[in-house]
Amino acid sequence: MHATFSYPKYSFTPSDEQRTGTVRRHPVVVIGAGPVGLTAALDFARKGVPVVVLDAEDTVSVGSRAVCYAKRALEVWERLGVGQRMIDKGVVWKIGKVFNGDRMVYQFDLLPEPDHKIPAFINLQQYYLEDFLVSEALKSDLIDLRWLSRVISAKQEADHVVLQVETPDGVHAVEAGWVIACDGARSSVRKMLGLDFQGEVFKDRFLIADVVMKADFPAERWFWFDPPFHRKQSALLHMQPDNVWRLDFQLGWDADPEEEKKPERVIPRVQAMLGADTPFELEWVSVYTFQCRRLERFRHGRILFAGDSAHQVSPFGARGANSGVPDADNLVWKLALVLDGKAPESLLDSYSDERVAAARENLLNSTRSTDFITPKSEMSRVFRDAVLELAVDQPFARSLVNSGRLSTPTTYTDSPLNTPDNDVFAGRMVPGAPATDAPVERDSHPGWLMEALDGRFTVLYAAGDDPVPAEVAKALDSLAAGPLPLAWHAVTERRRGIAGELVDSAGRLRERYDLAPGSVYLIRPDQHIAARWRRFDAAALSAALYRATGR
Amino acid sequence: MAKLMTEQRFASPDDVYQLLIDSHRDLTPDQSTRLNAKLILLLANHIGDAEVLAEALRAARQGVE
Ligand SMILES: Cc1cc2nc3c(=O)[nH]c(=O)nc-3n(C[C@H](O)[C@H](O)[C@H](O)COP(=O)(O)OP(=O)(O)OC[C@H]3O[C@@H](n4cnc5c(N)ncnc54)[C@H](O)[C@@H]3O)c2cc1C
Repeated sequence: MHATFSYPKYSFTPSDEQRTGTVRRHPVVVIGAGPVGLTAALDFARKGVPVVVLDAEDTVSVGSRAVCYAKRALEVWERLGVGQRMIDKGVVWKIGKVFNGDRMVYQFDLLPEPDHKIPAFINLQQYYLEDFLVSEALKSDLIDLRWLSRVISAKQEADHVVLQVETPDGVHAVEAGWVIACDGARSSVRKMLGLDFQGEVFKDRFLIADVVMKADFPAERWFWFDPPFHRKQSALLHMQPDNVWRLDFQLGWDADPEEEKKPERVIPRVQAMLGADTPFELEWVSVYTFQCRRLERFRHGRILFAGDSAHQVSPFGARGANSGVPDADNLVWKLALVLDGKAPESLLDSYSDERVAAARENLLNSTRSTDFITPKSEMSRVFRDAVLELAVDQPFARSLVNSGRLSTPTTYTDSPLNTPDNDVFAGRMVPGAPATDAPVERDSHPGWLMEALDGRFTVLYAAGDDPVPAEVAKALDSLAAGPLPLAWHAVTERRRGIAGELVDSAGRLRERYDLAPGSVYLIRPDQHIAARWRRFDAAALSAALYRATGR
Repeated sequence: MAKLMTEQRFASPDDVYQLLIDSHRDLTPDQSTRLNAKLILLLANHIGDAEVLAEALRAARQGVE
């Protein structure tokens, strides 16, 4: 097979603990250096928390895995300083087309709105993504990455966890105040704790081929039901960097996975899709069966599960890594506050509550897509085919065509960390919602709101055309000087020279947050809205901060 | 509260019934199944109210099992 990527090999260096036979207690140990564990590690380092990352292997993700990364995950990576590198290398896209037979039945645009820093989606091979995350992690003195270090047991004590870690030099103990288990869908930590991972397996098989070719398909997601080149089954096409294309062929449950992986079976399928005269080479071929399942709760004492170890979805909708990264985003600021003594341990239960709600939403979407693509009963197939038939001429039916509802961030509607609205606001920026971006001018340079939401609590005060009242500035300054990491910004309509002001010259911030002079937003370190008011009220703001930190 | 209208609504019920039956003329059972599915989708959208649909589905399922 043709290789466009050479896998890095990270070397194993025995830790001081293992060399000297001492047992050290680390505040946080992350198990698993996949996308989620690495994201968590980068975020801990940003917050000044030293972190040990243990990974059983010594390289990045091998073979055909994630391709599509959504805006929200990219925003998290951007906050951590690696997003731009991914976007620069990746294929940016936002249009999806769905075909039935040889006719297009449905088209969607994932970001119809202008003026966002981060695109709707990029495609990038998972090995590049992890490679970029690892190089960023290696820059930090606070991240201790340990390769070929497999956790083989985990035991919870009253105030810490004892891990046994197997390395090429033998087995040694590592102690951790808190453990983040990011060890993937087959999580061994989950098994060590004897936790149920409930859900369903879809009785279908999919051939996933990454092929290298020069082709002039556009940078769009193309999905076919019943295409002429692969009758009665579905197919999917995605562009990746380096002239690599992801092809996905539905095979049915009866297909023999070993047979289907053989080049003599794969090549004719690819040729039928691309045309016999398109030269290509296979980069990687695998056959998958998909499942949708999750843990009931993501916190188990001092062990917190994040990413695929906590929830697993089918790839239709790209909700795997795209929902694991927000897990890390949600957890790290909370644990950092707990470690700092600035929030009670019970704040960590809100991690489980909020991310279980997100996992439910993702599983529901993923299950529905999979049921549409692989109908479970005869009647389900009849309705599916009827929808596809109607979709050609009937606009209403197009919205029922489900080839994967692509990952969108979850609004934590019922979170106890939210302060419910007392004032009337229009739009989507309700308490619990992920903050949406807008262009703003900062320090006389064009920039973005998301750059101001830098991992601390942020208060936005809409000053309109007036100066910020002295008592408002004083109250906000004293909060910023207080124990919680917090920054505040005046939102102005034109440049006024207020320190830290965000100049909303395009008016998008006003429009997207329904701001009027005097409006106040409190935004969490993970860029979700915590509270908002029409008038500044220092006591209400303090109460909302209390609530958002689980007190 | 019940929203599904179940009182008789057609001016000429026999004509409507015949319309339904005639629409399946000369179709195989598979083709009829397809037609019915499309018809349900069209009518469901026309009704445009998930509650009404759910109520109708409950009523239709009664006695089937
Ligand atoms: C075909 C396919 C297509 C996909 N497409 C997409 C997509 O387009 N978009 C998307 O968002 N997601 C996609 N996904 C899902 C995505 O790959 C996963 O959600 C993602 O990799 C999960 O990241 P993670 O860090 O939780 O776990 P993993 O990536 O599985 O990483 C787990 C890490 O833990 C380590 N580990 C395991 N056990 C131990 C142990 N005992 N001790 C130490 N280390 C251990 C492993 O070595 C590994 O590095 C796809 C998946 C597949 C299979």
